[in-house]
Amino acid sequence: MKKYSALSLVRNALGHNRHWQPAWRKPAPKQEYDVVVVGGGGHGLATAYYLAKEHGIRNVAVLEKGWVGGGNTGRNTTIVRSNYLWTEASLLYEKSMQLWEGLSQELNYNVMFSQRGVYNLGHNLQDMRDIERRVSANRLNGIDAEVVGPAEISKAIPLLDTSASARYPVLGASLQRRAGVARHDAVAWGFARAADALGVDIIEQCEVTGIRRNGGRVVGVETTRGNVVANKVAVVVAGHASVLAEMAGMRLPIESHPLQAFVSEPLKPALDTVVMSGAVHGYISQSDKGELVIGAGIDAYNGYGQRGSFQTIEHTMEAIVALFPSFSRVRMLRQWGGIVDVCPDACPIISKTPVDGLYFNCGWGTGGFKATPGSGWAFAHTIARDQPHELNAPFSLQRFVSGALIDEHGAAAVAH
Amino acid sequence: MLLIKCPWCGERAETEFSYGGEAGIKRPLEPDKLTDEEWADYLFNRSNPKGAHHELWNHAGGCRRWFEAERDTVTYRIAVTREL
Repeated sequence: MKKYSALSLVRNALGHNRHWQPAWRKPAPKQEYDVVVVGGGGHGLATAYYLAKEHGIRNVAVLEKGWVGGGNTGRNTTIVRSNYLWTEASLLYEKSMQLWEGLSQELNYNVMFSQRGVYNLGHNLQDMRDIERRVSANRLNGIDAEVVGPAEISKAIPLLDTSASARYPVLGASLQRRAGVARHDAVAWGFARAADALGVDIIEQCEVTGIRRNGGRVVGVETTRGNVVANKVAVVVAGHASVLAEMAGMRLPIESHPLQAFVSEPLKPALDTVVMSGAVHGYISQSDKGELVIGAGIDAYNGYGQRGSFQTIEHTMEAIVALFPSFSRVRMLRQWGGIVDVCPDACPIISKTPVDGLYFNCGWGTGGFKATPGSGWAFAHTIARDQPHELNAPFSLQRFVSGALIDEHGAAAVAH
Repeated sequence: MLLIKCPWCGERAETEFSYGGEAGIKRPLEPDKLTDEEWADYLFNRSNPKGAHHELWNHAGGCRRWFEAERDTVTYRIAVTREL
């Protein structure tokens, strides 16, 4: 891997940009791997990267049915934060946040992580009580969080309607200053390039069609490009976890739903932070290109169609326009849907399974992007040691049997 | 927006309905006799298929009655709705 630097930019510019190496190889699948990671999104690529880097397991393939980062990694609203309510979730997302803070240097790839702060608005007394509680819980866990009042919000976000006559009065907000956004594609590309440099085979256009088992133990996968023998199989397929689980004869506590997002035409800088409102199902930030990036709530019904319903678009736009009246004439450029795997407690599963050598990382619901590095880091540990790290031990499949659920519906911010 | 045929009221817009999830899940008659795994399977696990899905809807903004539907989770096409 050739290191990217200011010097390499200049050198390649002088060479008319004809001599850049591809960021990763395009190998054909080998017969056999130590670990096969199913799913070439951010989480799968991060898993492969940390397997190679932290655990020295380099005979690894990442199998992706489409192209790298073409699923939910490229379909989210790129928000990164760690202000979850319960200790288990806070610590997991905070681990991720710490990895984000050094990620561009670690990967030698600019993931454009911008800690511009995230405001979660409170519109009524109960919202404010929940915000006070969550901020206090965050601070007890050593995570930066504060409660801010309407005057400070109005100063920081002048376009937000904080007037007394607003349709959704703003009584206050929680603010995490270390939170922000990152460039979603760059995260996938950066992890792909760094994993490839450590010897990981990234194989695109290769769909897994079966999981081969022998006496309660996984022995490989069947794919559209032939069978691959594997000592361990790690499934990270946001949106399709139940489909893959069925191949291994398992049932999961997951339902898949469409979740939509939108971007507007590019505007001059108007919003330099992230604003979320769980109560009205809207969240918004402005990308470096100037587009407003807007996220909606999920559609109620199960769906794999990667598109959502019109009433959800209308509902979200109503909320955004009520919060930011000056955005009412902004035109939307694109709209798309991703498929989110929702668990009953709005928390992920990073777990061993009843099948030896088979691991699942799924159920991130509407909040997987922010967890990309931490999820890969914890999953790699679980696969390499065949036991979870203490950070992801509470997120086992077993919690649905024991009843030790981690109820994060409040902090998930998007209504499930 | 989906056009959903309520078995009692006929075709109405999706916004009149609320979704009830997978159909055909029966509460075990003797929960005390189940293992924790069996209880968890009843409580939490869902088939969540990619394709034909047998599910419940409620005509919340109309007759308020529950009914069953067969809907494809990829095309969202509803093949049939019927009374419970």
